[in-house]
Amino acid sequence: MDWIKRHFKTFLLLELLRGLRVTGKHLFRRKITVQYPEEKTPKSPRFRGLHALRRYPNGEERCIACKLCEAVCPALAITIESEERGDGTRRTTRYDIDMFKCIYCGFCEEACPVDSIVETDIHEFHFENRGDNVMTKDMLLAIGDEYEQRIADARRADSNYR
Amino acid sequence: MSWLLSTWGTLPIALQVTVESVVKIVAIVVPLLLCVAYLTYAERKIIGYIQVRVGPNRVGPKGWFQPFADFLKLMLKEVVIPTNANRYLFLAAPILSLMPALAAWAVIPFTDTLVLANLDAGLLYVLAMTSLGVYGVIIAGWASNSKYAFLGAMRSAAQIVAYEIAMGFALVGLLMAAGSLNLVDIVTAQSGGLHQWYIWPLLPLFVVYFISGVAETNRAPFDVAEGESEIVAGFHVEYSGVSFAVFFVAEYANMVLIATLAAIMFLGGWHAPFDIAPFNWIPPFFWLFGKVAAMLFCFLWLRATFPRYRYDQIMRLGWKVFIPVTLVWITVIGVFRFLTPFGFIFR
Repeated sequence: MDWIKRHFKTFLLLELLRGLRVTGKHLFRRKITVQYPEEKTPKSPRFRGLHALRRYPNGEERCIACKLCEAVCPALAITIESEERGDGTRRTTRYDIDMFKCIYCGFCEEACPVDSIVETDIHEFHFENRGDNVMTKDMLLAIGDEYEQRIADARRADSNYR
Repeated sequence: MSWLLSTWGTLPIALQVTVESVVKIVAIVVPLLLCVAYLTYAERKIIGYIQVRVGPNRVGPKGWFQPFADFLKLMLKEVVIPTNANRYLFLAAPILSLMPALAAWAVIPFTDTLVLANLDAGLLYVLAMTSLGVYGVIIAGWASNSKYAFLGAMRSAAQIVAYEIAMGFALVGLLMAAGSLNLVDIVTAQSGGLHQWYIWPLLPLFVVYFISGVAETNRAPFDVAEGESEIVAGFHVEYSGVSFAVFFVAEYANMVLIATLAAIMFLGGWHAPFDIAPFNWIPPFFWLFGKVAAMLFCFLWLRATFPRYRYDQIMRLGWKVFIPVTLVWITVIGVFRFLTPFGFIFR
């Protein structure tokens, strides 16, 4: 009896038809693809993208060249050189991040005692020439100036959970 | 115009015939290639939809120009010929696989009058042509001088031998029912409506034919000759650019051919399902087109649903299931037609 039943099932292709029914239903399901350049998925305020160096509201750069970020960086992507400025404070003369080495772990941001180096939510960037991958201090400060509002908003949104 | 006609008349007869044939061939092949182009688009769209994606939608409105973009890309790419490959066979193989896929269309009737060559042995001709296609695959695998390509070719050879027989037997059943090898006669025998179509008395043969057709065209779930997860791309690993495109076109042209043959032999060809008012307003050609489109959709649906068969399972299915099924049904048809009064079922 079982033998007959099994053969009926096989020859009527019942299980194959059931599979076809499943895929047939999915044909009419609502499509969930996000059409990327026009539509974007929401990003967390903790998103770790392109780096930036921030300033205080009075325009003074935050970075005090403590080199904690350089020390903590697991990919050795950060290079810092510093000297004493005219007013007796210690400032960086060089702050390079090699974006090809960087693994976007966010340790630099966590290590920073003055919230100077941060990772913004910018993830759509590219380099067109060899050597462009090394972001210098000026470039990082420029990004910080341009996106200060977004950076500050993201920190504030996340501050309750830190 | 009259000048043109008078010059036409002065041309030698042989030239007239040649020109006429070439025009007819172009009239069949160009729409066929357009069908192939849009079949690739339809495939990507439908499989995308089944996987809850949207498929190509960037080139032109709704992605309608995608096939042309693909074509352009393949034309511009370099044709790499591997070292130690047999150059002559390597380049001949794609042509060998495309040629029979196109040549078989010579005998396909689009309506009762619209057919290039109304051969009395049309069905045999089609069988012969579709069997030739495998040489392209085998030669491609051999000439590439690559172990994966060779494995693909061997698999394809064994598979096509197995399924060719099942397919042939399915057509023998059809031949017994229709009593003719002429494709126009076979369709004419199915006129009169849905209940006259051969799909009903020959249902097992239809199923065997369709599944063998899927195997014959090396389509999923029988695509072990390509098997991208096991042998990278099988027989066409070493092909690039135009030579790859030709293989691609051949595969899709074969799909359209198998779908058209299924429509002609089992689904009543160009006949409307009901021979009454709203149905016979639609011209016969569009009925055939609709049936072919439905069959092609099934090809894509199968590909989107089933995982690839294991190689030994393919062999088992071909030799130990399909061939016995067709043999049994041929016997049933024979016994009913000649030994009982119920022969009209299979007429």
